[in-house]
Amino acid sequence: MTSLSFDNTLLLSLAGLYLILVVASVVILILKKIKPDQDFSELSKRVKSWWVLVTIFTLAMALSRNVSLGFFALISFLALKEYFSIIPTRRADRRVLFWAYLSIPLQYYWVAQEWYGMFIIFVPVYMFLYLPMRMVLIGETRNFLQAAGTLHWGLMMLVFSISHVAYLLVLPAKDGFPAGGPGLVLFLVFLTQFNDVAQYIWGKLLGKTRIIPKVSPNKTRAGLIGGVLTTTALAVLLAPLLTPLSLPLSVAAGLLISVAGFIGDVTISALKRDLGVKDSGTLLPGHGGVLDRVDSLTYTAPLFFHFIYYLHY
Amino acid sequence: MTRLLRFVFYAVFVRLTVLVVLGLNVRHREKLPGRGPAILVANHNSHLDTMVLMTLLPLRLLPQVQPVAAMDYFLRNRVLAWFALKIVGILPIQRQRTGRGDDPLQVCYEALENGRILIFFPEGSRGEPEKLSEFKSGIARLAGRFPHIPVVPILLHGLGKSLPKGEALLVPFFCDVFIGDALYGGGDKRAFMQALQDGMDALAQEGHFPPWE
Repeated sequence: MTSLSFDNTLLLSLAGLYLILVVASVVILILKKIKPDQDFSELSKRVKSWWVLVTIFTLAMALSRNVSLGFFALISFLALKEYFSIIPTRRADRRVLFWAYLSIPLQYYWVAQEWYGMFIIFVPVYMFLYLPMRMVLIGETRNFLQAAGTLHWGLMMLVFSISHVAYLLVLPAKDGFPAGGPGLVLFLVFLTQFNDVAQYIWGKLLGKTRIIPKVSPNKTRAGLIGGVLTTTALAVLLAPLLTPLSLPLSVAAGLLISVAGFIGDVTISALKRDLGVKDSGTLLPGHGGVLDRVDSLTYTAPLFFHFIYYLHY
Repeated sequence: MTRLLRFVFYAVFVRLTVLVVLGLNVRHREKLPGRGPAILVANHNSHLDTMVLMTLLPLRLLPQVQPVAAMDYFLRNRVLAWFALKIVGILPIQRQRTGRGDDPLQVCYEALENGRILIFFPEGSRGEPEKLSEFKSGIARLAGRFPHIPVVPILLHGLGKSLPKGEALLVPFFCDVFIGDALYGGGDKRAFMQALQDGMDALAQEGHFPPWE
């Protein structure tokens, strides 16, 4: 097992992250004292799940690379399980679902092997072709298309997309870019989560015009714009520490993450609205379970990964 | 030794399986009994039902908890019987009356008198996945005999998908566990059965459970 040596910039950024979390927790405490009539439970739950995530993340990174990969695989598993539990599945497809779950260890194994070619086609090509074949062998044709479609969408969102975070982790450090893969992961995950909160807070403060009231009534134009600007500003600040990106490209990365994060968020909202479930789980406190924590990441992870991969690898 | 094995089985193996591989969505956990004697009543679709119910209670209660299970099924060979009796810790009962005046629930009476918490599946058998069959009235007799002991209805959903009857392959799904208000026997048996049925129906209404086809 290759243990990740924490370089100084990464250590510094992690320390900064903990500082932000402490500040956020204190601010929420003060807000609760000053405005006892307002409800901050949403925000405080989010910060609590951040504490959990960041601590697990630090531990996983400090122990070894493979522990971190296992951690991301576990997230994929929990999210996929939540998804399979809330969508209508067919009784005939029990074994097909089992194969779908099995794709998780395989997909993360390709990552651990740094086998990029397999990593990038395994779910979109092989699983895409295999699962319907397995369904045909079972022989139930009623709702075949719906089942094949929903299973594959889940695999793409929750296994393929999320595994891009893991592949970021195994990208090597380079000259003038000592933080390497862990730096990129920290940059992506932190900005994605920060963007969620920033959009939420800007929306609460200034939000009026709703963008997509049918899908997500809480999303406002001011929230989106405020979030995009704050996240991009933070991206510019963090990029020299954690990424090899130049100034203009770090602006582009900030815009990419903040806009994609918004889209990922509302995509999962649309799914839940379609199914008639508000909270899809209760493992982490906050508004829902794992699916709600990784919603933005399903869009930001593959997009940021290919952005970096194209430019620097 | 077997007590230690039983503890390890439930504390490590069952908890990991139930909490990580399956995952529970528990509502109204506060309605669970804090000590024995008590009766937990649940619908039955899977062998996992017992495991989930055992996980709901704190480990310190483990020595007191006994799932009531069919003798003819679980004691059919020696290995299974050892596992069922010593590790799972079932309270075996006969599903059919053998003779006149011979009450199959006699062992349950004794267990409750000893302060045990019983896990009871009034459907009698696991049945079709994710479907509720009719409750048998044994539970009303049990409750009627101990009117001060709470009978807690628990609705389980999702386990029939994970491990239905006749399947050996476990497929992970989140499991919903809804706990209802305790009922007490002592009055009319038919009224008790109706109240129990109504309690389960009310719990089913809380969830969003499309039929599984």
